[in-house]
Amino acid sequence: MTSITGIFSKDDAVQEKVYEPKPYSNPYLVGIGLGLVLLAAFVIMGRGLGASGAFSSLVSAGVQKVAPEHAANNPYFSEYLGDGSVNPLKDWLVFEVLGVFVGGLISGLLAHRVKKTVEKGDRISVRNRLIFAFIGGGLMGFGAKLARGCTSGQALTGGALLNLGSWAFMMMVFAGAYAMAYFMRRQWT
Amino acid sequence: MNAPFFKFDMFSVDFSLVVAFIIGIGFGFALERGGFGNARILASQFYFTDMRVLKVMFSAIVTAMLGVFFFVAFGWLDLSLVYYTDTNLIPQIVGGLILGIGFVIGGYCPGTSCVSAATGRIDGVVYLLGVMAGIFVFGEIFPWISDFYYSTNMGRVFLPDYLGLSYGMVVFLVVLMAVGAFAAAEWGEKKMAAKKSGERK
Repeated sequence: MTSITGIFSKDDAVQEKVYEPKPYSNPYLVGIGLGLVLLAAFVIMGRGLGASGAFSSLVSAGVQKVAPEHAANNPYFSEYLGDGSVNPLKDWLVFEVLGVFVGGLISGLLAHRVKKTVEKGDRISVRNRLIFAFIGGGLMGFGAKLARGCTSGQALTGGALLNLGSWAFMMMVFAGAYAMAYFMRRQWT
Repeated sequence: MNAPFFKFDMFSVDFSLVVAFIIGIGFGFALERGGFGNARILASQFYFTDMRVLKVMFSAIVTAMLGVFFFVAFGWLDLSLVYYTDTNLIPQIVGGLILGIGFVIGGYCPGTSCVSAATGRIDGVVYLLGVMAGIFVFGEIFPWISDFYYSTNMGRVFLPDYLGLSYGMVVFLVVLMAVGAFAAAEWGEKKMAAKKSGERK
């Protein structure tokens, strides 16, 4: 006998108790919730959300650790390092991103969705998927620096504040992704 | 009400980090609820099978945009004190394209990959390493691309000013566009689901 959850199927009979992951929430409600978090950031802090900026601080701090002089001479890293009076990791976005990790974990635990796995389509090996994840991340990191922010800092934040550059950016993200989607279909579908 | 609170010195810089952490928890929680810790869900946006990315993004933008608009209208929020970046049109367009390409190759954006890594996805962890590598490369070659990086600077550009429309009118148009996009997304998903079940037969 096979149920929807698979709990009663023969293969899984060994597993004593299975917590099935709950389905994801209604996207419109999630969007409203996310919008309220963003609004809270505007009202309380006078700034929006972000993600890539925290990793710029982290990378800059790392470069400083390994090659302090090189970091100080580089105009990009040195901007994140400041004048040295404050630890570069004592930064608003760094703490916000720490919160993102914690918030994601809490939500995942509550819905039984925390699982050590690799997300991919059926037609690609784990190894290749991870190579693509690294390449995609690299492009994303580079692109976000050029655009002065990523999906959170530009599209969400600047989108809600009606920033021209953010809207231009957002349209281009969708354009780039849709243009590339055909070539990446083996990874996802 | 005088907002943004932080800009009116209602709390210290140290406390702002506590605020950052709490806001981050809300952000991460929402992303995970939406399914954005899962690269397959995110990628399906670009194959028209599940338009969650668009639905969540636009309903978030509309919610926050309406909130800001009304707070400003009531005189509670001083928009000039809310930070957003200058517009550097061409670098932002090129950056957006690179980011979009990276999105469909890597399966995440930086924020969602944090949630993905936090919920055990190895691809999310590897993706984050890639992000840091990309930032490192950007920083290293920055001296050679800084002219381009700073090009086409237009300062702080507020869309209503740019379009010569009132704030309220642009807000209304964005809401209209979002509702249209939601309708199109629902229609597209049904269409794709019908096509898929047709293939199975």
